[in-house]
Amino acid sequence: MELTWLTELLADNRIFTLQTLGYYWDGIVTTTQLVFLSLVIGLLMAIPLAIGRSSRHRWISLPIYLYTYVFRGTPLLIQLYIIYYGVVFFDGIQETFLWPILREAFYPALIAFTLNTAAYTTEIFRGAIKATPRGEIEAARAYGMSDALVMRRIILPSAFRRALPAYGNEVIFMLHASAIASVVTLMDITGAARFIYARYYAPFEAFLFAAAIYLCLTFTILYFFRYLEKRLLAHLKP
Amino acid sequence: MADTPIPLEVRNIKKRFGETDVLKGLSLQARKGDVITFIGASGSGKSTFLRCMNLLEQPDEGDLIVHGEEIRFKQTRRGREPQDNKQVVRMRAKLSMVFQSFNLWSHMTLLENIVEAPIHVLGKSRKEATEHAHSLLERVGLTARANAYPAQMSGGQQQRGAIARALAMDPEVMLFDEPTSALDPELVGDVLKVMRDLANEGRTMVVVTHEMGFARDVSSQVIYLHEGLIEESGSPEQVLVNPVSPRLKQFLTPKY
Amino acid sequence: MLDLHGYGPRLLEGAGVTLQLAVLSLTLALILGLLTASAKLSRHWLPRKVATLYTTVIRGVPDLVLMLLLFFGGQILLNIITDAIYDRFGLDWYINLNAFAAGVITIGFIFGAYMGETFRGAFMAVESGQIEAGKAYGMTPWLVFRRIQFPQMMRHALPGISNNWMVLLKTTALVSVIGLSDMVRIAAEASRATHEPFTFLIPVAIVYLLIASVSEWLFVWLQKRYNVGFGGR
Repeated sequence: MELTWLTELLADNRIFTLQTLGYYWDGIVTTTQLVFLSLVIGLLMAIPLAIGRSSRHRWISLPIYLYTYVFRGTPLLIQLYIIYYGVVFFDGIQETFLWPILREAFYPALIAFTLNTAAYTTEIFRGAIKATPRGEIEAARAYGMSDALVMRRIILPSAFRRALPAYGNEVIFMLHASAIASVVTLMDITGAARFIYARYYAPFEAFLFAAAIYLCLTFTILYFFRYLEKRLLAHLKP
Repeated sequence: MADTPIPLEVRNIKKRFGETDVLKGLSLQARKGDVITFIGASGSGKSTFLRCMNLLEQPDEGDLIVHGEEIRFKQTRRGREPQDNKQVVRMRAKLSMVFQSFNLWSHMTLLENIVEAPIHVLGKSRKEATEHAHSLLERVGLTARANAYPAQMSGGQQQRGAIARALAMDPEVMLFDEPTSALDPELVGDVLKVMRDLANEGRTMVVVTHEMGFARDVSSQVIYLHEGLIEESGSPEQVLVNPVSPRLKQFLTPKY
Repeated sequence: MLDLHGYGPRLLEGAGVTLQLAVLSLTLALILGLLTASAKLSRHWLPRKVATLYTTVIRGVPDLVLMLLLFFGGQILLNIITDAIYDRFGLDWYINLNAFAAGVITIGFIFGAYMGETFRGAFMAVESGQIEAGKAYGMTPWLVFRRIQFPQMMRHALPGISNNWMVLLKTTALVSVIGLSDMVRIAAEASRATHEPFTFLIPVAIVYLLIASVSEWLFVWLQKRYNVGFGGR
């Protein structure tokens, strides 16, 4: 079949068998699912949070600020532990129907990552909202736009574009941060590498290969965002 | 003409910022076809007065009547605020403003800038708004730049585009807040020409400007403001050619 | 109350480990950062290429993977070297790469790349006229660097350094994974043993917030010092 060349190539070494490559592939799938889902949910959370955080009313903005302060000020690993152990050691949870799902570690990790990226993204958007030129908002008001319309048509569209470079960094940051999922037994890319390292005691092969995968993913994200910026930030170039 | 409501009337507007009284009771009546020009030194309150007319600044006292409809205010902890935001929106849609720094929305092309408020505030169809926008772009001489973003245009082009955006609202009154002050001298002429044409076709305009030639040629009324009060007001001949107030005389003396 | 099922003193020790680790890594990162920046601004292509490779790879790979690679791979590399020395010279050395050293080296190495970018930008932000004025008064290059370039550069670099430090502080939590007993590892152990995760993990989170808040205050103070003569604010 098509894979014969690969099998021949792999026959020469002890570590990179079809089986271990399969582990890495499963790792890529897990990492991608985890990062993609947390980014999408986090993004959806961050939009209303950023609007609230920019609010003049302190009882709206202050709790959101507290949330972002705590989640940006503490290590993601701690957040992951709190949620993972908080769930696992929750009295009686082992008897419920939820247990088979929650035991998986995927969902606690997803929750931790989502809350984390939502906090960072909220602050990115808030900065971008704050940076909207005052005159453009005034012009919108002067033309009879209501506050909601100004937010929807003027502030948010221009803030999204301004936030794009910082958000691209956040996506890469999340990809890298997701490596700690392996700490709570998830078999993501790093998890696969640790498993293969433990099995063959070959740190260089195991981890360098994982590093190469991450590097490729990072560059893919980087180029994707560059392309987006080129398309969406055309209006800022003279 | 007694039946048609006066497009814009303001009575006894007062405004203070902190400890300073910026506007000390100003009134104005813009009838249809009037071109009212404000002149005065910077800090005399002329821009603030203009911004009070469409409530970008909240006047502390005074009445505002747009097209016969009086704006209702209420007293809040933060000060005096309009009672009904819907009324403010309706009123602003009748008074288009042109800003000193253009304030075109930077994430939209010029054409998108022009159709934005007609579609989303006035509820026009996209087709109708776009057709109107193209005719306005032709008027201000920017047909070729319809799809350019503001950052890709010169200051003069941006300001003419901003005037087209204001015209797209079919406003009762156009408010101009120092429309040429941020422009390089060689670009001022194009913008002034567009404004002169508007005045000549009978648009109602309230203009804050430093361009004395423009004030002299097209105004029906010139008002000289000093420290938040009207120091002198009248026809261009009265105010600019035969000024009474010594301050105004000094203001009009060319500085070499 | 503060006994925390007997884990209190150990947690305190762990906090000490975290702080030491963070400060030592920061020192290493600052040194590496300055070296990287000067390599990137070098006239020769080789140092520029090496520095670019370094910063690109570091910023493209997760910290944890680099840490695992260095910790597990580093020991093997050391063993190979010490074995070779034994074979060749008969010297029986055994260097044990402990988790603390591995942590400092890895974190310092990672953040050296970020600091390099910060310093590079900051050096480039110093107006050339300032340097020329120094030269014009007969200052030696070293004197120009020490008295003019460096202080002015620091003004531009401080916000970036502050930012990197905050991230570095949080990154120290990763050393718990390679077996170093920092406060995160002890809190996680205690959570597993007692099944009371919140009792241990939340105080640790608060300690991180405290360190971050204190350092933020410190950086604001530093920024004020280095901002003397610029806008007066």
